[in-house]
Amino acid sequence: MSLLRYESQVRPPLVEGEKNYHQVTEDICRPVETRPTKAWWIGFIISVAFLAFGILSVTVEVIYGTGQWNLNKTVGWGWDITNFVWWIGIGHAGTLISAILLLFRQGWRTGVNRAAEAMTIFAVICAGQFPIWHMGRVWNAFFVLPYPNTRGPLWVNFNSPLLWDVFAISTYFTVSLLFWYSGLLPDLATLRDRAKKKWRKVFYGAAAFGWTGSTKHWQRHEALSLVLAGLSTPLVLSVHTIVSFDFATSVVPGWHTTIFPPYFVAGAIFSGFAMVQTLLVVTRKVLGLEEYITIEHIDVMNKVIVLTGSIVGIAYLTELFMAWYSVVPYENFAFFQNRLNLNSPYGWSYWIMMGCNVLSPQIFWIKKMRRSLELTFFMSVLINIGMWFERFVIIVTSVYRDYLPSAWSTYYRPTIWEVGFYLGTFGLFFTCYFLFSKFFPVIALAEIKHILKKNGAAYKKKMDELEHESVDEFGQKHGHDHGA
Amino acid sequence: MKLITKKLNTMAVKKFVTGNFYDEALLFPAVKKVRRAGYKIHDVYTPFPIHGLDKEMGLRDTSLHTEGFIYGITGTATAVGFITWALTIDWRLNFGGKPFFSLPAWIPITFELTVLFASVGMVLTFCYLCQLAPFVRKDHFNLKSTDDTFVMALECTDKTNEAEALSYLTSLGATEVQVQYKETEWWLGRYDKDTKRFEKKAEAAVH
Repeated sequence: MSLLRYESQVRPPLVEGEKNYHQVTEDICRPVETRPTKAWWIGFIISVAFLAFGILSVTVEVIYGTGQWNLNKTVGWGWDITNFVWWIGIGHAGTLISAILLLFRQGWRTGVNRAAEAMTIFAVICAGQFPIWHMGRVWNAFFVLPYPNTRGPLWVNFNSPLLWDVFAISTYFTVSLLFWYSGLLPDLATLRDRAKKKWRKVFYGAAAFGWTGSTKHWQRHEALSLVLAGLSTPLVLSVHTIVSFDFATSVVPGWHTTIFPPYFVAGAIFSGFAMVQTLLVVTRKVLGLEEYITIEHIDVMNKVIVLTGSIVGIAYLTELFMAWYSVVPYENFAFFQNRLNLNSPYGWSYWIMMGCNVLSPQIFWIKKMRRSLELTFFMSVLINIGMWFERFVIIVTSVYRDYLPSAWSTYYRPTIWEVGFYLGTFGLFFTCYFLFSKFFPVIALAEIKHILKKNGAAYKKKMDELEHESVDEFGQKHGHDHGA
Repeated sequence: MKLITKKLNTMAVKKFVTGNFYDEALLFPAVKKVRRAGYKIHDVYTPFPIHGLDKEMGLRDTSLHTEGFIYGITGTATAVGFITWALTIDWRLNFGGKPFFSLPAWIPITFELTVLFASVGMVLTFCYLCQLAPFVRKDHFNLKSTDDTFVMALECTDKTNEAEALSYLTSLGATEVQVQYKETEWWLGRYDKDTKRFEKKAEAAVH
């Protein structure tokens, strides 16, 4: 049978338990079709409370101006842009998993891609809030768009990395949303066709766009997914590259380096995977999806974490080396006085970054550690703390001591409204995630069914006999029987 | 309104013989034999994409890739053309004595617009080709076809012998074979209601 592509027995199954197609549907639709649990309500209410506090913080900032934040003479970018870069970095894992791993034919992505893509979209929404509200006169935010205006028309500066950011992030958001939703259509159709209640039939009926599962439609759907994956792959790399240009094209010591694009992209994947781990370790448990998001998935993602964490580590060391080797006194001062020196005002933040991002993930070289859920959860939170500090270090320690010592800022610490805004985006992120996990299937149903006969535990057994065949025999038997 | 009226006029209910398959291993040879026997396969509905089934059914490859490419280069041309016009013709701004036509600095936006145009264009084309949109209602042969069932629908023409088609499908491994009258076009409607506004008209057309 042509569908049974040969896969080695050495690879563990991606779907555990003896499942058939119908059971897969049942398992993945169950959390959507049952009433939300108490844990869900508690989590949801906490998220909404955080969101409400965020809205309050932003309202205060809009009414009284950005003076409500403690940004000062030299630290013009503080928590806001730190949070922006942090969220946008987190928003990289979803597209990486769904696009790059699709091109690399990594079957394990099917278990985690839908939730990771959703996470991407919510993270990008959160990220977008910071530069928008940082504008102060937010009602003029549309000035960043190139539209014919009465000021000349004076066009936006297309040579500026800040404008590139506008295009990069809005494109990234749009494409991620389209990719995610076009993948969701068949799964929403499944929910629609199973619906018993009226509102479900109406809601999922409208949301599924009238999907039927026609072979011709599937053929187009496959083509669409593949091309969108091909487009998203360079896109996801370009987005954080452009974010890094915001810094790299300036002449501020500590920012003005050519290493930034790859360093930022690796860091983005690193923190994004950490956030995926944080969410999925909890989601699989709460929704009872352990057979679909297996320890194997957690293990593989931890391997990506140790790889990208080490790349980030090399980038940190390269920066230090270049600061020394360049013999530029300003670079030297930024790295060895403002950052590496533990006795400098912000030296502590540099060492938190080093500890969380470079040293601690090395524990994942050990297989047993990669497969421990508790440790994975702990590490995923630790890594995201580290990655937040990376952005804080890059932004604040580069600018708080200017070329003129007379302009050196006082110690920058955020106000309650700056912190509140950040907490508010957590509220926004988790509110969206809770709603997503309640109303949409968190695992790509059709894609799991697609790999079930190749990677499912029940079908892996049948592979045993193939495993014992010689290559010649296998070829004789299965090489020329397309469709037979 | 005119569009909807036109739509209703083109709708037509047709007669089909359908059968359910639960295993791809039966489906593939069945498709081959049914086609060889001269039946017209209306469609096969599956819960997930089955590679090779489109070829087996004799469907030609999709043109979506080509269209995506066209949208992409449209985006590239739009970005380069617009930025060139804005910064070198419409309003020249001197940025530190750099050339007005500074193409390398426009690469990021050009790239982003290429991707944006290609993606949005392709998704819209996909929706148009498959006739997918919010609130679009279609007639389904079997609701299980989004769960675990592969549903084959053969279109009945004047020459088709229904009884023969039914037994032939059964002999190929299909279960629950039956004759169904289904609307092949879409209409705007809700999934909690089965009524079609053109129902009476459609029935008249059949009889």
